[in-house]
Parts: sequence; structure tokens; C-alpha cells
Amino acid sequence: MQLGRVLGSVVATEKTPGLEGIRFLIVQPLDKQSRAKGETLVAADAVSMAGPGELIYFVASREAAEALPDRFVPVDHAVVGIVDDVHLEEE
Amino acid sequence: MKVGRVAGTVISTINISLLDEHRLLLCDFEDLDGKPSGYTIAVDVVDAGVGDTVLILDEGSSARQILGLDHGAVRAVVVGIVDQLVVDGEVRAID
Repeated sequence: MQLGRVLGSVVATEKTPGLEGIRFLIVQPLDKQSRAKGETLVAADAVSMAGPGELIYFVASREAAEALPDRFVPVDHAVVGIVDDVHLEEE
Repeated sequence: MKVGRVAGTVISTINISLLDEHRLLLCDFEDLDGKPSGYTIAVDVVDAGVGDTVLILDEGSSARQILGLDHGAVRAVVVGIVDQLVVDGEVRAID
């Protein structure tokens, strides 16, 4: 799983079956110091509580499909938790 | 699996249910010279502490097997605490 920041959301009424009822969030992946790293992506919201600006963590590939209640929803990234805090060892 | 180092912990109260009872460790992946190469947030099943050199599994079906789940969005799991690394016949100190 990786850290990410929610930048916003995506609404798509015309979409492939199996994606109905899923909230899509725009996520900026972060490095371990919570700094933006890499390209933004769109993730399914498996906790349905994450709002813009929130620090979250997400999972990719097959596990993203496992994150949602219905079996094997066709998504490649899913937000699986909201971060309260990250305690990093002082380097 | 990969060798890594526990760099910290992630505190989270709102998450998918399967992660509820597990500590989340933020781990640096390390190359053989100890240089960090990326990180992951992994579920801890061996009570590893910050600073420990660890063995990290990063594959879903084995992760689910370890957690006793048929389904679940889990992939990275800290599965061992490294005592010794021997590379090219040389014992690497674990600081």
C-alpha cells in the first residue's frame, strides 16, 4: 500500500457495468514523507469517507478489486484507509 | 519477498475492516547495499519494531493465506525479522 492525497473526485455516468455505485477519487501518490511523487491516478473509494485534501493509503492491482464489497469490481486502485498519522523514525 | 527496514508506523482508524486488528508498518525496501529503493505500507504479523530489518512479502494470495482470508485487499505483509544477511559469503551487520 502507498500513501496518497485526495485531490478530488470523478463522476462518470457512462461506464462499464460493474462500476456502478462506486465513488472515484483523484489521488496524488506520495513518498514516505508525504510529498507528491509520481502521476495522479483515479482510485475507487473503499472507505467512502475520504474527502479532498485527506491523507489516505491505497492498494493497487488485483487487491484493489478485492477492496470493495462486491467481488472483483473492475478497478486497479482502491483507497483502503484514511491516515490519522505517520510516525517516521528520525533519520 | 524483499528485504526491507521498518521506517515507521501508520496510524489509521478509518479503513477497510480487514485492516482493523493489524498494525501498519511503513517499510523501506532496501537493495543489498542497504540503499532504500521505494517503500510500502505493510501489515505486521511478527511484531516488528521501527528500525528492524525485516522480510516483506508483497503478493496478495500469500498475504491472504497468512491472514487466513479467502478474500481481502492485502498484499504487503511483514513476515519475518532478519537476524542475519550473508551476501557473497560476507555477513552483513544488521544495525
